[in-house]
Amino acid sequence: MDSRLGYGVLSYDLAHLLGAAVLVLSFVLLYQRRMGAVINTYAAQAWVLAAAAAWQGWSQGAPHLYVTALIALGAKGVAIPLALHNIVRRLRIHRSIDTALGVFPSMALGVGLVALSIMVVLPTTLSRGALTREDLALALSVVLMGLLMMITRRSALTQVIGFMSLENGLILAAVGVAGMPLVVELSVAVLVLLAFVVFGVFFFRIRERFDSLDVSHLDRVGGAHR
Amino acid sequence: MSAHLLAELLSPAGAVVLLPILAAVLLALLPMAAVAAGVAAWVNIAAATATFGAACLLPWEQHAGTLLLVDGLAAHMAILTAFVAMTTSWFSLPYVAVEAAAGRLDVRRLRQYHALFQAFLAGMLMALLSNNLGVTWVAVEAATMAAVLVVGLPRTAEAVEASWKYFILCGVGISLAFFGTIILYLAALPAFAAGPEGAMAAMSWSALPAAAGHATAPLLNLAFVFLLIGYGTKAGLAPLHAWMPDAHAEGPTPVSAVLSGSILNVALFVILRLRGVMAANPEALAPGPPIMALGLLSLLLAAFSLWRRRDAKRFFAFSTIEQSGVAAFAFGLGGPLATFAGLLHLTLHTLIKAAVFQCIGRACQLKGSQLFADIGGLVASHRALGLTLAAGIVAVAGLPPFGLFTSEFMIVTNAIHLRPLLALPLGLGLVVGAWALAWRLIGLCTGEPTPDRGPAPSLAALAPAWLHLAVVAVLGLAMPASLVAWFAAVAGGLR
Repeated sequence: MDSRLGYGVLSYDLAHLLGAAVLVLSFVLLYQRRMGAVINTYAAQAWVLAAAAAWQGWSQGAPHLYVTALIALGAKGVAIPLALHNIVRRLRIHRSIDTALGVFPSMALGVGLVALSIMVVLPTTLSRGALTREDLALALSVVLMGLLMMITRRSALTQVIGFMSLENGLILAAVGVAGMPLVVELSVAVLVLLAFVVFGVFFFRIRERFDSLDVSHLDRVGGAHR
Repeated sequence: MSAHLLAELLSPAGAVVLLPILAAVLLALLPMAAVAAGVAAWVNIAAATATFGAACLLPWEQHAGTLLLVDGLAAHMAILTAFVAMTTSWFSLPYVAVEAAAGRLDVRRLRQYHALFQAFLAGMLMALLSNNLGVTWVAVEAATMAAVLVVGLPRTAEAVEASWKYFILCGVGISLAFFGTIILYLAALPAFAAGPEGAMAAMSWSALPAAAGHATAPLLNLAFVFLLIGYGTKAGLAPLHAWMPDAHAEGPTPVSAVLSGSILNVALFVILRLRGVMAANPEALAPGPPIMALGLLSLLLAAFSLWRRRDAKRFFAFSTIEQSGVAAFAFGLGGPLATFAGLLHLTLHTLIKAAVFQCIGRACQLKGSQLFADIGGLVASHRALGLTLAAGIVAVAGLPPFGLFTSEFMIVTNAIHLRPLLALPLGLGLVVGAWALAWRLIGLCTGEPTPDRGPAPSLAALAPAWLHLAVVAVLGLAMPASLVAWFAAVAGGLR
């Protein structure tokens, strides 16, 4: 089915557009300097991801992808951002974000990563349909951008948002591969574990111990001298 | 269909996976009063022992089902994992009592500890026995999360840092592995019939190696790179090994013992399975050299790092990275003999390292510190503990009469035979590592005893370590012919 798709076919164009929108939001995440805006951007990315999953479900005729879309929408698009806003308010975290890298270098690196993932994915997937190929390239870009965000941010909260944005890329890859079984189950597993660990434990413990969510405090007890 | 799945879950293999899950749920729901009365530790012991019993039946239950795949390798790894978990649950009983008495664990955390221990075990066993790449991935992630939580349980600043680092690094690793899983599925898809049955088969471990010859080679390569880095993180292979020393040093000691052997084995097991898939496709990348390179890098890095450690548990964590590197190197060499040696190495190292961590954990409780400077003269003041620890360190260093000497000898001779140039750095790493271990052994066990700041260990706490070391000594001196045949059959069944 994929091979008949190309530019000008609605199901292809829309899937492409939604995938690209997820990637653009990754760039926005990298660029934002205020905590509230970062959380909102993450929520927006989850909404677009949900739309992408739903569209893939419709165009592939795979109703189970609607469940994936609903999870992305309900948990990642609504519940987690609300909880994060709540944490920011309750723990009185600084509203502005320290970064290890300025806007221009991080954006330049981001562009480089997108180029890298296109160069890696497109030549290796020649035998597949255009939709799958470009979806994978976009998804890998989102994954790498998430990694970049985790590396360049110092606050535990933004590191976690980077990690969750990375997982958005993984879900994007999984829904783009037609007929992949267990997509729903996998996305549920990822989500439950994430929410469980992150909210249940970390923020409160780190705050309790260090009176701040800045992970550079964690280097204080680093291993080099022991 | 569902009756068929139910039968699979009720088989011994199903029991091995379900028992720890049920135990984890039961322990999480246990009333506080029962935990305070010590019931939780006994439930933990009972569940781990029953799981080990069920795992021992696996060699006679080999089959490839829809949910579970029991072949020689999976059966071997499951028995090993369940055995170490069982002895560690015995060891937990006195260890946790000391921690609770010292006020480091309250009743609530005690319950969390036991429940998470079983959840961790369940995740590992499910990863080993699952016949689906996706389920294996989910199980490894679940085991990781359980381990992350249990490492942070002491809630000291160091423990929080360690579990945060563990979460972030392994989260990244496991995410890359998921991406690799998706690509591997995409690569394998053309080899199977269209439709949901074929799609399911393209994700099953039992069908993949046979079909890999028809898979798309460039996609297989891409998948392999992601999966190797992803699962390599969990195996403690460089360059993503940084979580391991912290997690070992700061988490509760019984967890270090299980962590050290088992989660690493699960990751190497997946890499071994991948090697089979890659080797089945002549156009794909040869899997050996990348695995060997990661192994050698980890070995050298860890062997030299050992010299700079001042914290005992951190020191042995680096030694685990070193041994994981040696096993990965052996798997990368390929061929039935090197695979045999690698499997033997993995098995023996798991047993020895668990024993060493059990001893060092008791020594740390005794001296109230994890620093080498505070632990010394153990043989003079606490003869049983000191001698057991000494025997364990001699075993880890790969000296006879213990079995690690045999496996390292086989790996080195194989390397000389197959890759003579790589045998040099391999030998260098092994010697440098063993030397560091011998140096620390002298400091820990001989000389003037340092002052005690905790209760003396009971002999019961050392029994599991003796059991492990006895098994290792027997395997080193006179390995029974039936066991040799079993290892050879498992190694021969792998590509």
